[in-house]
Amino acid sequence: MSRTPGASTRTDARPAPAAGPAVTTAVDPAWRPALSPGIMLRRDRVREADLLVLPERVVVLTGRAADIVRLCDGRREVAAIVGELADRFPGAPVPDEVPAFLARLREQGWLR
Amino acid sequence: MSETPQRPWALLAELSHGCPLHCPYCSNPLELVRRSAELSTDEWCEVMRQAGEFGVVHTHLSGGEPLLRVDLEQIVAAADAAGIYTQLVTSGVGLTEDRLGSLVDAGLRSVQLSVQHADPARSDRIAGHRAFAAKERAAALIRAAGLPLGVNVVLHRDNLDAVDAIVDLAVAWDAERIELANTQFYGWALRNREALLPSREQLARAGAAIERRRAELAGTIELVWVMPDYFDGVAKPCMGGWGAVSLTVAPDGTVLPCPAASVLPDLDPPNVRDRSLEWIWDSSPAFTRYRGTAWMPEPCRSCPSREIDFGGCRCQAYALTGDAARTDPACALSPDHALVRAAVDAPRDTAAPTTEPLPLAAPGQRARASAASVPYVYRTPAAGRRAP
Repeated sequence: MSRTPGASTRTDARPAPAAGPAVTTAVDPAWRPALSPGIMLRRDRVREADLLVLPERVVVLTGRAADIVRLCDGRREVAAIVGELADRFPGAPVPDEVPAFLARLREQGWLR
Repeated sequence: MSETPQRPWALLAELSHGCPLHCPYCSNPLELVRRSAELSTDEWCEVMRQAGEFGVVHTHLSGGEPLLRVDLEQIVAAADAAGIYTQLVTSGVGLTEDRLGSLVDAGLRSVQLSVQHADPARSDRIAGHRAFAAKERAAALIRAAGLPLGVNVVLHRDNLDAVDAIVDLAVAWDAERIELANTQFYGWALRNREALLPSREQLARAGAAIERRRAELAGTIELVWVMPDYFDGVAKPCMGGWGAVSLTVAPDGTVLPCPAASVLPDLDPPNVRDRSLEWIWDSSPAFTRYRGTAWMPEPCRSCPSREIDFGGCRCQAYALTGDAARTDPACALSPDHALVRAAVDAPRDTAAPTTEPLPLAAPGQRARASAASVPYVYRTPAAGRRAP
């Protein structure tokens, strides 16, 4: 193969923490988010962390991010995801933060 | 090392050093592993099982050409069962619709396809094999199967002037990522350094073109450009640190901190046939030798960048100075930096590329682009055994 040792991707499997939701993008409540092709959500038992594994990168999901992404199955609408999480985490700012978080993952190309 | 090191994230599995291509910058060692010495199916499956249990979450299934392994599907399935994300790194030669279908069924997640040039004849000349048409077909199959496609191109003197056309090609092939990595000079590439080393002007032109295209394509395709350390005076953080992020398993089961490290003398690399991956990573002399910063000489030892570049590349230090423990000569602070400057500043033909049709040499022969250019030493088992 033609790959050169030392090229950046060889070591790309490095964690990059997902930052907290910041952008407030308008999100269609009828959107049914799903992981983009080639992206895997998995529990890492060795590091006791939840990971999004991409073709060239590993993203460590922090806080409640994995609880949100796990509901992105392509069947649930955003409104349903928000409802479920609001039930599960009473008092949390779910309606404000979850749609913005989903929008940010879509901007990254991780959700569609 | 007193404390237990962080677990590795990634495994580069060099499934076979066999390859239909003969690229003169191949990252495989000069001493290629024979097919008869390769790990068996069961041994590779066991490697994947141990790797998953040990914390590896990502594997590049590479080579040589990994499609030459008729049991590739079983190896993919074993990795997937171990929770490891699988990416195939291929020349595209031998990737049929049926083969790709069975790999996807086994759990394959994504594919990285190598390209040598945007122009078919030039691509074939660099590869030493008529492979371009197969690559084009492979790209279409990969996208039709719904897999993410990455296109990787090793850049050098004979394709740096074509980066615009290469980006166009990757866009046309519907890639989601293009990796443009400038050649790193050890192994095959060091043997071909005179033919491959670009001029500063070429690099500057290519860098400007990349910046322009990256702005144009923002949000649609990821464009990765790896600046060559020979030219910018900054040592690269090779492998993200020795034994820090990833490990390489060679076709015969030898385990290395980086794919080029087999050239280092006295490394005595461990083998999965003898030891567990856990022992190899945590305790083997090969993996602990340059881990961390305690091994470093000056100027690295007191350098504020020591945990950013980790002293650069051990293989490059060895290749250029004969001592793998010296500061990487690519670093402008290295007492050996003049070695790199001498190579970079040597006069060479910086004319724009010729447009004449290029002859394609058979593997083992030497191709000649024009009377002024330096011929390639193509990657072949016989050429690897010959002294430079």
